[in-house]
Amino acid sequence: MKIVIASGKGGTGKTLVAINLALSVNADQVLDCDVEEPNDYIFIKPSNTISESVKLLIPEIDESKCSYCRKCAEFCQFNALFVAGETASVFPNLCHSCGGCKLVCPTEAINEKPRSIGEIFIGDVNGMELVYGKLNIGEALAVPIISAVKEKAKTQGLVILDSPPGTACPVVESVMGTDFCVMVTEPTPFGLHDLKIAAKVVIELGIPLGVVVNFAGIGDRGVYEYCETMKLPILMEIPYERKIAELYSRGIPFVEEMPGWRVKFQELLEKIQEKIQ
Amino acid sequence: MKQVTILSGKGGTGKTTITACFAALSRNSVFADCDVDASNLHLLLNPRITETIEFKGLKLAEIDPSKCIKCGRCMELCRFNAISDCKVDLLHCEGCKVCVVNCPVEAIDFKDRVCGYAYFSETDFGPMAHARLMPGMENSGKLVTLVRQNAKKMAEVNGRDLVLVDGSPGIGCPVIASIAYVDAAVVVVEPTLSGIHDLKRALDLLRYFEIAPFVVVNKYDINEANASEIDDFCSEEDILNLGHVPFDPEVTRSMVVGEPIVLYKKNSPAAIAIKKVWKKLVAQLEL
Repeated sequence: MKIVIASGKGGTGKTLVAINLALSVNADQVLDCDVEEPNDYIFIKPSNTISESVKLLIPEIDESKCSYCRKCAEFCQFNALFVAGETASVFPNLCHSCGGCKLVCPTEAINEKPRSIGEIFIGDVNGMELVYGKLNIGEALAVPIISAVKEKAKTQGLVILDSPPGTACPVVESVMGTDFCVMVTEPTPFGLHDLKIAAKVVIELGIPLGVVVNFAGIGDRGVYEYCETMKLPILMEIPYERKIAELYSRGIPFVEEMPGWRVKFQELLEKIQEKIQ
Repeated sequence: MKQVTILSGKGGTGKTTITACFAALSRNSVFADCDVDASNLHLLLNPRITETIEFKGLKLAEIDPSKCIKCGRCMELCRFNAISDCKVDLLHCEGCKVCVVNCPVEAIDFKDRVCGYAYFSETDFGPMAHARLMPGMENSGKLVTLVRQNAKKMAEVNGRDLVLVDGSPGIGCPVIASIAYVDAAVVVVEPTLSGIHDLKRALDLLRYFEIAPFVVVNKYDINEANASEIDDFCSEEDILNLGHVPFDPEVTRSMVVGEPIVLYKKNSPAAIAIKKVWKKLVAQLEL
């Protein structure tokens, strides 16, 4: 079973819920899909970590064969190729690796070579596997790294995915193919605004979802009213509590110091299992 | 005219809260909300939209079933697994056009699609450019670029000397688009281990693009030891720390009311601290 933790707005507590849930229910695997700012490995420190490079194929122009006809540059939808006069250049950061330039080149002057845009890491946390990715600084495309992380998903057992914030393509990539989505929000107008957009994405993907309200007690009732209207179940509330915030700031999963919460996260999993059935 | 982006790396550290305060404190600025897939600045600045334009991202492929001979060539060539059973899955289509030009019977169209809207607006504090990316869409970087162009236009027309850009979390495509060619960036960090981790990646990104960084420590009193670690790190790296803002429950209340905290509760601890940060930033930018 794959459960993804998403949010819309950043900083609402996705990582907090993902990690504490995984530890409380002895999940088999955690996939940190926030490859721009991965944080899970700060809270659950993996050992025996191995890494793999994530590569995209980018064009390389053999100028001895190039006729400077500009067909490749005209074809490329991402402006990754530039041909002027007798110069042909590739802008690797803009390339989406579609392979189209190679196909349109009439003189077979384009070859492809792999180029690394980031890495993924696989490590062990007391029997639980953690997979996370890191997009290289200056690279734009997070999605290929997220796919590489997801390719490591176990087909058996309980897998918890931690999604990046937002509502655009990296979130779609993270959420797709999972069995249930837990949307973590805060009860404020910001939280509500972004929850509405993110919930729409998940509903369109046909994935069942429920809500966890973090920082409960602050803000207003907007999130609760929205969930009632939309018939979105509120699966859990985590109050705003100084101790939880303080443990978070030190990189400590709060179920380790506040063991009563383990039971609540186990109940969260039970509720999710009921919803899936 | 100068441009400054408010960034964070990690989400939820207070970018929008601080940008809205800067907007309210500034005298001659234009504001750009470049967090186009989870935008919140409008909830504090209450813009009145004066013009809406459609945003078309990349074109996407569409197969005409009446012309398709089911040869499978498109499926074979598509590197994004966007075609199955001779149908294009729009969520996976990257808009690369490979299938379109390689279809032997020209059965594939390349179609514009509205991916969102960009707005020109007025606020009580000055003009604002913002946008809405439709849920789940690609090309947020392109829409960010459009919002920034719109903001620049408004600044030029109205003779404004500063564009304040509210960025998005992360370090990928939309963030890169929100910092391209700006004069400086303010990174808002919270004193948590994840906040510090993400701050460092955001600063690496700014260094990569050679953009001058400033730092603001928000909710510094959640963990004062971590806050001083950030201060030490900034002085080691020679990065100007614009100041500390305390955790203040009034900030959430101002959000509920929909007003920047510096107006809602002028003398609250957070408001006082943000005003000091703004003064320091203005001096640095030589406005």
